[in-house]
Amino acid sequence: MAYADGARADDIVHAGFIPLTDCAPLVIAREKGFDRRFGFSLRLHREVSWANIRDKSELGIFDCAHMLAPMPLASTLGLRGRAPLPIIAPMALNLNGNAITVSNALYDAMLAVDAESARAGGMASAKAIAKVAAQRLAADEAPLTLGMVYPFSCHNYDLRCWLASAGMDADNDVNLVVVPPSLIAESLRAGRIDGFCVGAPWSNVAVAAGLGRIIATKSELWANSPEKVLGVRLDWAEAHADLLIAVMKALISAAIWLEDAANLPEAAALLARADYVGAPEDAILRSLTGRLPYPRSEEERLYCDHVIFHRHAANFPWVSHGAWMLGQMRRWGQLTEAVDVDATARRVFRPDLYRRAATDLQISVPVADVKGEGRAASATVEGHLGPIPMGEPRMFENI
Amino acid sequence: MQGLVRRRILVHRNKCPRSALNTDTDQKLRILVIDENPIRRAILEAGLCEAGFGNVKVLENLTGLLEQIYIIDPDVIVIDLESPSRDVLEQMFQVSRIVKRPIAMFVDQSDRATIAEAIDAGVSAYIVDGLRKERVRPILDMTISRFQAFDALRAELESTKSALNERKTIERAKGLLMKSKGLGEEAAYNLLRRTAMNQNRRIAEVAESLIHSYDLLKD
Repeated sequence: MAYADGARADDIVHAGFIPLTDCAPLVIAREKGFDRRFGFSLRLHREVSWANIRDKSELGIFDCAHMLAPMPLASTLGLRGRAPLPIIAPMALNLNGNAITVSNALYDAMLAVDAESARAGGMASAKAIAKVAAQRLAADEAPLTLGMVYPFSCHNYDLRCWLASAGMDADNDVNLVVVPPSLIAESLRAGRIDGFCVGAPWSNVAVAAGLGRIIATKSELWANSPEKVLGVRLDWAEAHADLLIAVMKALISAAIWLEDAANLPEAAALLARADYVGAPEDAILRSLTGRLPYPRSEEERLYCDHVIFHRHAANFPWVSHGAWMLGQMRRWGQLTEAVDVDATARRVFRPDLYRRAATDLQISVPVADVKGEGRAASATVEGHLGPIPMGEPRMFENI
Repeated sequence: MQGLVRRRILVHRNKCPRSALNTDTDQKLRILVIDENPIRRAILEAGLCEAGFGNVKVLENLTGLLEQIYIIDPDVIVIDLESPSRDVLEQMFQVSRIVKRPIAMFVDQSDRATIAEAIDAGVSAYIVDGLRKERVRPILDMTISRFQAFDALRAELESTKSALNERKTIERAKGLLMKSKGLGEEAAYNLLRRTAMNQNRRIAEVAESLIHSYDLLKD
């Protein structure tokens, strides 16, 4: 059987993705030919729900997928009554990218109770929202309703940690709901939600439509924080060990390409296509460059680290990220059975595989599998070819 | 196609015939269909009614989905995979305050081939925890065949091929692969799907060519 691009059936890799800015490494690997450079052909499949990504990955319909970082852990552990199915994260696709956005009405209410915290944004804005939430409950009004995208997501944990930093209980003081990104703008307009935590570019899209204000970006809450990973069924990874390394090399090369500011307009134009993200090019470009419309008092602010694709060891699958997520699963009642946190994180997050791919590309790779999340002693981590700059070790103060 | 759809919608508007095959309890199973495509929704609703599942509700407006589910309190939820609201359902594993009864996904490891067929047909099912899988199975089978029927209708307007025939074709191709390659059912199905994905064709088409080739070789 012949294929349009000359690939053999054995060299075709099927990957699922969700329309978000951080599917970029997959799209760029395909569109800029990094897949063919490393000897395979990447076929991308756009999905509308994370549940579809999980099911099609677990069933082997996809060989690999753009996954929320907690998803491989949830599948491997068989959480929520599902049969365990080992999925690994041999590399991360990006860091950061989420933002918390509130409706104009909620922002006005926050300004009224605590203008200083509301305007400061980031962690401080949680204090203003806590006061509004408390007022609502005291007045016996409906609790604030906040949206996120999936139970096993960093969005869920980000929102919960951010609320907890201001003394709020995400399960009782507010109403947390899942809202698919494509329905967020309409939900905000209709007043069904008061705010949400979602991945780029959907906050920008809501702000551009005049529906809300970004009050915190993920890089403000936790610098260099985990977001999406490449999820791969363990049995596929074992049966296609060399192909997996080729896939990772193509994705790392695409991530490096995305670090060049000169390439971002082209990336935004590609991602804006209806078969990829299908969002306005300007909103996507803003999410890539970090020029966010934020907050009301200013036209825009520059968040250089809004989405990170390669620098700061962004593609390294830190075992400490996995351990943090398992801690969050336990904290919020998703994980009720006893598990060996370190061993589970190491089963799923696989720096050994990343090292194989990255050392072939002559990239400096962290020598340790774990780092002190949010409490690094230095602004670099040790890499096998020299130090890797990491920036500030900021992480959810007060919790 | 128009005629067929109209006839089916007509059936759905009539009172559901009571099937002798199903017990009273299955008649009472509350089935919720979430599908934004009105024609497919009607086809599925009619199919379920014909099969004796009389208590079928369909949702057209997906706003406040969890609240609506709370009110309907279904035993089985069937949802179109093209609906982004699937992730809203996933939260039902999490939120006990809104959902009366815990809902599980239809995941029976002994039946992975059926689940794979459901996903390929473009549908997924959630059931109330504790509901016996055997009671859900006919609902899922009917849903798969109606989703495939819709697919066939959409893809081949004038074709007389029914989805049940497609299923039979897939079954036969699967059987050939199991026999000739010594594969298990799931592996045989995966091979068909994989080939279809690689060639950008539908599974039924690949199954049909396989059967044709087999017949050629046999003669």
